[in-house]
Amino acid sequence: MAEKVLMKGNEAIAEAAIKAGCRHYFGYPITPQTEIAAYMAKRMPKIGGTFLQAESEVSAINMVYGVAGAGFRVMTSSSSPGVSLKQEGISYIAGADLPALIVNVQRGGPGLGGIQPSQSDYFQATKGGGHGDYHLIVLAPASVQEMADLTIKAFDLADKYRMPTMLLADGTMGQMMEPVELPDTPPAEVEKPWAVRGTEGKRTHNIINSLYLDPELLEKTNFERFERYAEIEEKEAMSESFMMEDAEYCVVAFGIAARVAKNAVVAARKQGLKVGLIRPITLWPFPKKVLAEAADQVKGFLSVELSMGQMIEDIKLATACQKPVELCCRTGGMIPSPEQVLESIEKLAKENQ
Amino acid sequence: MVVFEKPKALTDAPFHYCPGCTHGIIHRLVAEALDELGVTGKAVGVAPVGCAVMAYNYFACDMVEAAHGRAPAVATGLKRCMPENVIFTYQGDGDLASIGMAETVHSATRNENITIIFVNNAIYGMTGGQMAPTSLPGQVTQTSPYGRDVATAGYPVKVSEMLSTLDGPEYIERVAVNSVKNVKAAKKAIKKAFQNQIEGKGFSLIEVVSTCPTNWGMTPSNALKWLEENMLPYYPLGVYKDRSAAKKEDE
Amino acid sequence: MAKVTFNEDLCKGCGLCVDACPKKIIAIAKDKINAKGHSPAEITDQEKCIACAFCATMCPDCVITVEK
Repeated sequence: MAEKVLMKGNEAIAEAAIKAGCRHYFGYPITPQTEIAAYMAKRMPKIGGTFLQAESEVSAINMVYGVAGAGFRVMTSSSSPGVSLKQEGISYIAGADLPALIVNVQRGGPGLGGIQPSQSDYFQATKGGGHGDYHLIVLAPASVQEMADLTIKAFDLADKYRMPTMLLADGTMGQMMEPVELPDTPPAEVEKPWAVRGTEGKRTHNIINSLYLDPELLEKTNFERFERYAEIEEKEAMSESFMMEDAEYCVVAFGIAARVAKNAVVAARKQGLKVGLIRPITLWPFPKKVLAEAADQVKGFLSVELSMGQMIEDIKLATACQKPVELCCRTGGMIPSPEQVLESIEKLAKENQ
Repeated sequence: MVVFEKPKALTDAPFHYCPGCTHGIIHRLVAEALDELGVTGKAVGVAPVGCAVMAYNYFACDMVEAAHGRAPAVATGLKRCMPENVIFTYQGDGDLASIGMAETVHSATRNENITIIFVNNAIYGMTGGQMAPTSLPGQVTQTSPYGRDVATAGYPVKVSEMLSTLDGPEYIERVAVNSVKNVKAAKKAIKKAFQNQIEGKGFSLIEVVSTCPTNWGMTPSNALKWLEENMLPYYPLGVYKDRSAAKKEDE
Repeated sequence: MAKVTFNEDLCKGCGLCVDACPKKIIAIAKDKINAKGHSPAEITDQEKCIACAFCATMCPDCVITVEK
């Protein structure tokens, strides 16, 4: 490992992507993720890579589709309204089984919304976003170090399962500066015999495509893709459990909300409340098993989110509504304070003795 | 001695196009150009959404099927990561001049080193004959049943003229496939568009004025006549931009 | 010897080759239907063929091979 350097979250994503072997970046300016593009604009020409400011997010994601089809590591980044525009291309990338990384540094919505941090694209990221039956692997960092680590992991998972992955961060994580350590190890080479790099007259042509006019064939393709998704749900779910050993109440939060929630959990413990935190690191696959196990142990859950409550639905599904699940949230770019979360924990404990 | 046969850059798959549809001629011209330049093995084509959506089955080179209008963006990605490969898109008028106009204009203005084959038949064929951005004033289509009324539907987009106002693109030519003579000229233009890319000259777009007998409601033979009498006056053939030639003249 | 061969099963009977032939020696078969259900084009007088390949140039379906 190299020495620690102080970096902004957005820059950590960009440098980690380069470390992961990504040499092609396509983007379009939008706050609060523009540092990623600016960083790539500086770095890519120096290392023989591509930085291209596309004419739109729609174009950027389709440039990503092209490079992904050729089998090279490639990424784009944007923020909420821009990620909405990318959904068409993301659906095609998923439909053509191509690996690529999409970064969403979320801001408040809907519509043009605001430029302050948010987690209100949870549904969009984890439930499809674009049209059709598909998933993205969605990774939710909660520190600048994780911005880097999960970026690299996202590329590896994309290649492993031939599918698009999303790093779902937020404006705070993007702007925050923390020490970060980047790996020196070069990325593993992955064979991509399906890639379109020219037949060289040595094989029949490869076709990158998501069109299946025969419904039986489309169904079969979707079935096969979902078999892969089942394997991912089995193997790749990640979460962090904090003070859960003896917990009677469980706070669930990801990203910046988890950092706030952790403070509240510590404060609650000082008051003698047995509270723990489960922090999903993969939002899809959602860490269902960990939540289901917690449901046998605790008296209630509290979902802390920077949205009107989106992940709370997955908590209810994962726990089969065995225990009450309450919501503590701010939205529109506001962040809950540790005091607000603590109050919600106290209320949860009082109502579920 | 064989003087004419199906080019190697086409697969054995029979075209799904309607009888007399000139897409088949244009496919063949592209394939001939690839073969003659010896670049079929290095080529990656990008198919559109529209009648030519399944072009990926017909070209023997590697192929990508793009979302509607996005082919130039996909081609940009391909070219940027594989500058030594030969990248082309094959797009219709709805794809290129309506939904994909931003991708078209910006790949042109970047002088992206790709080749675009733009098939203009003044109608949406695949969806059953709706008004296209290139439908002529007064042209009757499914969505302009009283004829294209320029007061409400605006005027046709003249893609070659419009793109030639940009400083970026290397080569813009409009050709047609309504006669043996014009098909031969079209072939020459398409080959040049690929040659330009091989020489690293940049963005080349060939607009091919084409027919849609089925949705125009004509026999294939009459469609060629209609093209000549109605489309060619509105879409004059010729070279609209040739930066290398212009540079030579300046010297 | 000039010779044109029609891959009849690929022909859709559009007739563009008929119009293109300067010798007027191609016709749409009146008594034949191919695998696609079309009446295919056929050569009526091979002897008169000059191997100009105009027919093949206008054929949208790569039906025609021309030899000389």
